Amino acid sequence: MWTWFYKLASPPYVYGVAAALVPWFLGGAALALGYGLIAGLAIAPPDYQQGQAFRMIYVHVPSALLSLTVYTVMAAASAVALIWRIKVGHAVAAAAAPIGASFTILALVTGSLWGRPMWGTYWAWDPRLTSELILLFLYVGVMSLRSAFEDPSRGDRAAALLATVGVVNVPIVHFSVVWWNSLHQGATIVKLGAPSMPGSMLWPLLSMWLGFMLFFAAVLCIRLQGEVLNRERQSTWVREAVKP
Amino acid sequence: MSVGAVAAFNLLVRRELCLSFRRPDQLLQPLVFFLIVTTLFPLGLSPQLSLLRDMAPGVLWVAALLSSLLSLDGLFKSDADDGTLEQLALCGQGLTLIVVAKTFAHWLVSGAALVLVSPVVGTALGIPVDAFPIMMLSLGLGTLTLSWLGAIGAGLTVGLKRGNVLLSLIVLPLAMPLLIFGASATDRAISGTNAAGALYFLAALCVFTCTLAPFAATTALRITLE
Repeated sequence: MWTWFYKLASPPYVYGVAAALVPWFLGGAALALGYGLIAGLAIAPPDYQQGQAFRMIYVHVPSALLSLTVYTVMAAASAVALIWRIKVGHAVAAAAAPIGASFTILALVTGSLWGRPMWGTYWAWDPRLTSELILLFLYVGVMSLRSAFEDPSRGDRAAALLATVGVVNVPIVHFSVVWWNSLHQGATIVKLGAPSMPGSMLWPLLSMWLGFMLFFAAVLCIRLQGEVLNRERQSTWVREAVKP
Repeated sequence: MSVGAVAAFNLLVRRELCLSFRRPDQLLQPLVFFLIVTTLFPLGLSPQLSLLRDMAPGVLWVAALLSSLLSLDGLFKSDADDGTLEQLALCGQGLTLIVVAKTFAHWLVSGAALVLVSPVVGTALGIPVDAFPIMMLSLGLGTLTLSWLGAIGAGLTVGLKRGNVLLSLIVLPLAMPLLIFGASATDRAISGTNAAGALYFLAALCVFTCTLAPFAATTALRITLE
């Protein structure tokens, strides 16, 4: 039953799987994002309090969620790579880090654009915003540590350890809303009982979230192919795979 | 000749302390840095004690974090450069024991010294004397935690030529919870309200890092040294 897991340790196999998955992920992402954008921007009613400005939620919330998810994926891949010495794990982590940093920047930018009409300021030292910024710093730390070493495998393992240690920060980011009193609105979707949002607003949001996830998976697969090719450039299968 | 773990720990701590006290200037530099940074704030903001008292916890903690960070760069570096660390790693004691001893000694000469100096800075910033015990306790817990986080960072960057900036980039985001709870404990002590909650959080973070960080720091050193 573990053969699928062992197969994932083989770079040529992972390269093939990633290449085969990309169109599926991209197609799914296009469908989910298409429905989410049309339903969220055109069909959903304006919020009774925030008016049209609430529609920022359809980009802001999925990117903020993804910034955490990608970090978790990166840390899990790093831990797998450290524990079982699977080199593909380092490739996944290296491929995921810039995507996660981009989602974090997107969440910060859309958040500040949303904050201007709602709170009257682009930036507030709200704990959740600050934690998101710290998450960005963690991403930057992991990426610059990886590139700081001349020996790539050493840089990989150092970055993997840092990502595993930094995963402590992910729950702090997520629960900061509960820990500290804040300006930020409380959780809307994930809480016990019914979500405090009508279906016509909620379904597009969930669809956008799914679309962002699939989009991340597609970009991860594309970047992973590049990482694997670059790391295995000395081997014969790469020479055959890229032969015109 | 084989030496037990406790004896080896004592020997290592004594060696580190001996090396530090042979170079008193290096021992004093982080403390002077701490004093200088806290001097900058009254000059930059306002000499009014009432205003400074509001800013004091934050100023004190930021200065403490920065000055501890300053000395962290040398935690493993000098020993790694002249080969001592490799010899220590080969001496038969576990590398974790060596990391624990070196980090503890580092905390004694940086963190504990900073705690002892903090009343001077506290007085200058207008913190009432009643708040000193909680301020010192929170600084003690915070600097110990920071030494451990720093040991991970120093272990990861020990082989790098310009690891100093990278070390700050790695350690400071991890140290943010310390700043939040440390400053809030000090703030509550100044205003005379109950600081127990923030102190418990600091103590929890301290225990958490003391138990897990030695292994992370050892792994970091193994990665960069081998």
